[in-house]
Amino acid sequence: MLDQDFILQTRGLSVYYDSKIAVTDVNLNVARNRITSIIGPSGCGKSTLLRCFNRMNDLIPSARVEGQVLFDGLDLYGPDVDPTEIRYEIGMVFQRPNPFPKSIYDNVAFGPRINGFKGDMDEVVERSLVRAALWDEVKDRLKASALSLSGGQQQRLCIARALAVEPRVILMDEPCSALDPFATLAIEELMRELSEDYSIIIVTHNMQQAARVSHYTAFLMLEETRVGFLVEFGESRKIFTNPEDERTEAYITGRFG
Amino acid sequence: MSKDVVSPPLGRGTRNAWKRKFLERAIAILLFLSSFLSILITAGIVAVLLFEAITFFVDVSFLEFITGTRWTPLFSSKQFGVLALVAGTTLTAVLAMVVALPLGLLSAIYLSEYSPDGVRRLVKPILEVLAGIPTVVYGYFALLFVTPILRGISGDIAVFNALSASIVMGIMILPMVSSLSEDAMRAVPRNLREAAYALGSTKLEVSTLVVVPAALSGIMSAFILAVSRAIGETMIVTIAAGQNPSFTLNPFVPIETMTAYIVQVSQGDAPAGSIEFKTIFAVALLLFAITLIMNLLSQYVVSRFREEYE
Repeated sequence: MLDQDFILQTRGLSVYYDSKIAVTDVNLNVARNRITSIIGPSGCGKSTLLRCFNRMNDLIPSARVEGQVLFDGLDLYGPDVDPTEIRYEIGMVFQRPNPFPKSIYDNVAFGPRINGFKGDMDEVVERSLVRAALWDEVKDRLKASALSLSGGQQQRLCIARALAVEPRVILMDEPCSALDPFATLAIEELMRELSEDYSIIIVTHNMQQAARVSHYTAFLMLEETRVGFLVEFGESRKIFTNPEDERTEAYITGRFG
Repeated sequence: MSKDVVSPPLGRGTRNAWKRKFLERAIAILLFLSSFLSILITAGIVAVLLFEAITFFVDVSFLEFITGTRWTPLFSSKQFGVLALVAGTTLTAVLAMVVALPLGLLSAIYLSEYSPDGVRRLVKPILEVLAGIPTVVYGYFALLFVTPILRGISGDIAVFNALSASIVMGIMILPMVSSLSEDAMRAVPRNLREAAYALGSTKLEVSTLVVVPAALSGIMSAFILAVSRAIGETMIVTIAAGQNPSFTLNPFVPIETMTAYIVQVSQGDAPAGSIEFKTIFAVALLLFAITLIMNLLSQYVVSRFREEYE
């Protein structure tokens, strides 16, 4: 694969909380318009790694990042980079649906409004909700509270909210862990559709999910002496059928984690 | 405990069960009596207020009381227009809120969203100590410190004036506004803040567009509590605002609030049963009614405008 096919690349990326290391020397290439999943046992630094891509770790005072994260060649941790501008380009969906306690409409319009968007807001809201496969369910009650929606609908609303600012990358931090199987299926279906236009990175506990939806899979691990290091990275098909590293095989066959 | 119930040892078990039942009953009755007592006392206060106020309204027409603007029960030509006192109370309470609301809200936003942990741990207890200062101290602070400064700025300001008392009253209720608002803001779940940050919000946008609206019901209750406190506040206005009931919104002249009037009569030599004496019950009843309406209003406002999270 050529270098420009990668939308995000990490180079020697390590993250510390105070002096405790959480991610160790990760080199990862994230392909454009593909779904890349990050799997691994609890506490292996999956979420911490994901949060490096939109600098959400900046919000934690004790967090410190070493190494580089290149976004189309630009170092996200460079001196002139404003983290709020990165987050317009790289959206995020969280583990638990977290709609604002506002109307459905205002949730979707939130990002464009703070972004100073001047165009037709109704059109943006409709387009984002259609894209998130939620429009038909909510088009008659856009002024209703977002909290009146079911969990799965709330999560699709959060996806619509992220799409409204037209990001190029969407980060998903275990987006289905609080949802039932049907809602999970709907989100996975949606992810597949979105990957035509967006690059998606998903952290998941659910290996079947990673195998079902993602094109590429990164396996992160922790050991007694090392935390958050990358064991294996490659096409999901290969990782889940014929892994190179025996620790990967042990993990995907359920022998630990 | 459930084990005991399933298989009690013969003989003793049944007695224990009986004993436990009796004890439970006794405790329930005790708890009921103590909560009933506070209700009883409240009812008693209202009854006394009502009774004395009714004998007052036998002598003075209710219409004159509630619409008149001159209040001179202690003079020989008696007039009973309570609006003069209501104006004093409204003026000082509103001015105090003008001081306390913006400062309280801004300091709450700072403490909840901006300050490093260390600063908050230091500042919050200090703010709360402000709430523990006896109000009589605030009263003299207003009269002997703030008033001379105000009079230095403008010669039009009288020695006893509503402005000085209001400013100091605002300072007094400031910690309550900021502390309660800050509690409400910190209770807003972290994941709402993260959602806003992830959409590219700045800290200011997160604070004003997400945290404050989500905490609004808590902030509103803090405000309403503060207003009630300002309306009921007595010492500061008694000491610093004067004893001159006047139907005015001019903060530079002496006024008298409802509470200050009650103090004035209570410690004066109005004989029990006289019309002067009865006025304080009428005023107190009105004060009670105003505070009650404020509280009901706040409950309505809070339930109407809350942005509830989960």
